[in-house]
Amino acid sequence: MDNFVALKDVHFSHGQRTIYDGLSLTVPKGKIVAVMGPSGIGKTTLLRLIGGQLRPSSGSIKVADEEVTQLSRKALYELRKRMSMLFQSGALFTDMSVFDNVAFPLREHTELTEEVIRSIVLMKLEAVGLRGARDLMPAELSGGMARRAALARAIALDPDLIMYDEPFAGQDPISMGVIVKLIRSLNESLGLTSIVVSHDVGEVLSIADYAYIIADKKVVAEGTPAELENNDKAIVRQFLQGEADGPVKFHYTEDDFAMDLMGEAHG
Amino acid sequence: MDSLARLGATVTDAVAGIGRALAMLLGAIIGKPTPRKSWPLFVQQMYVVGVLSLIIIVVSGLFIGMVLGLQGYTILVDYGAEQSLGPMVALSLLRELGPVVTALLFAGRAGSALTAEIGLMKATEQLSSLEMMAVDPLRRVVAPRFWAGFVSMPLLALIFSAVGIYGGYLVGSGWLGVDEGAFWSVMQSAVDWRDDLMNGIIKSLVFAFVVTWIALYKGYRCEPTSAGISKATTSTVVTASLAILGLDFILTALMFGG
Repeated sequence: MDNFVALKDVHFSHGQRTIYDGLSLTVPKGKIVAVMGPSGIGKTTLLRLIGGQLRPSSGSIKVADEEVTQLSRKALYELRKRMSMLFQSGALFTDMSVFDNVAFPLREHTELTEEVIRSIVLMKLEAVGLRGARDLMPAELSGGMARRAALARAIALDPDLIMYDEPFAGQDPISMGVIVKLIRSLNESLGLTSIVVSHDVGEVLSIADYAYIIADKKVVAEGTPAELENNDKAIVRQFLQGEADGPVKFHYTEDDFAMDLMGEAHG
Repeated sequence: MDSLARLGATVTDAVAGIGRALAMLLGAIIGKPTPRKSWPLFVQQMYVVGVLSLIIIVVSGLFIGMVLGLQGYTILVDYGAEQSLGPMVALSLLRELGPVVTALLFAGRAGSALTAEIGLMKATEQLSSLEMMAVDPLRRVVAPRFWAGFVSMPLLALIFSAVGIYGGYLVGSGWLGVDEGAFWSVMQSAVDWRDDLMNGIIKSLVFAFVVTWIALYKGYRCEPTSAGISKATTSTVVTASLAILGLDFILTALMFGG
């Protein structure tokens, strides 16, 4: 099995709005794959599709050679024990301490004794540098610490796949650097496969083995970070260089501005 | 034609909503029992939903009982029937005010809190993260809260009625001078175990089921924004209160209507 995740010709709509119109991508085992694209393009939706929280209208989504779209609820829950997701907000349980948050998946899915769970939790917290914060409540953590605590929880069950949803958003440069390093080092030391959804181009490309750019409901460019840097496509250039206008429009509506001011455009 | 279409859409939305609410409830309560995991969660929720509602229930029960004692006495004394104050207070509380007022207070105190808590868990992606950790949020979050609400409300209603009767006694016997022996003995002979007490408990169980269900569903389905949570919380109190009053009439008609 070379690819841990493979999406083929995925179509997905949310209400009247088409999010994906023939999206295909693969995530090789043991690699860090970046998925980039402008805001609102459905990057989080992609992770929810892979995790089976959403079902596509058509197309195939395979994770660990299992067709996620066809799995029963029970089989899907079994598969999810092998994957983890780091949510943008961290999504820590606010009524539990950091320790109990990290211990949560272990208590739910294993029969380990509290002593063993304690050792595992401390090891995971040590890996993200938060062993000393074990007794704090989520409300007492900074944004960066909350995300690292959530990362410790995400690796508690030693998953095969971790999906990171905008791990760098809203982080100060130091936290961002720490998280970048953590993603890389965890991937290597635990032999994980990682999908990093982000629009922080510099950070994500510095750790990715392969990257996809999604725009206009499908993959518009892909390659290693070096290949993308040399890609001449206008949309790739616009996205990587952060230009305001290009193939991706800055303005949401396309009514003529002068007409709109005159009150005629929406007539 | 438009209004007909709108009416149709409203009806289909309502039916779909009931279907979704039923699916949520069945998903939460049907499944292999896992007492080792669910018992501590249930106990924790009994504390949050039940024990923390005790103060409002006890205080309200006491005052309502005292008011009943006062009002009842002023009416009965005109007919020289103040000895019937005991059964009047007890029957009013056991049959009606105990279950109904407890359910209304419960909807405002615990129901709104359940909706807001689950709505906030949804908005902060805690429910999604449970799903991604292969833990069913219906079993982990919804089920213990449902059972805690279902079990605690009838107990709270009994406490409400007991405290209310004591309040009526304080005012009737302690203050207004109704004979203490008559107060209790007439009450004892007039209150029927099955007709009064059991019917009150049945009412309370029905209200507990409906109020907790509404509160959980509103939280689970709310729009995950601050405005959405606020709307859902308000909707819980309004919908639950109307449901309690409507169901109370139906249940009273069935139990005492002839």
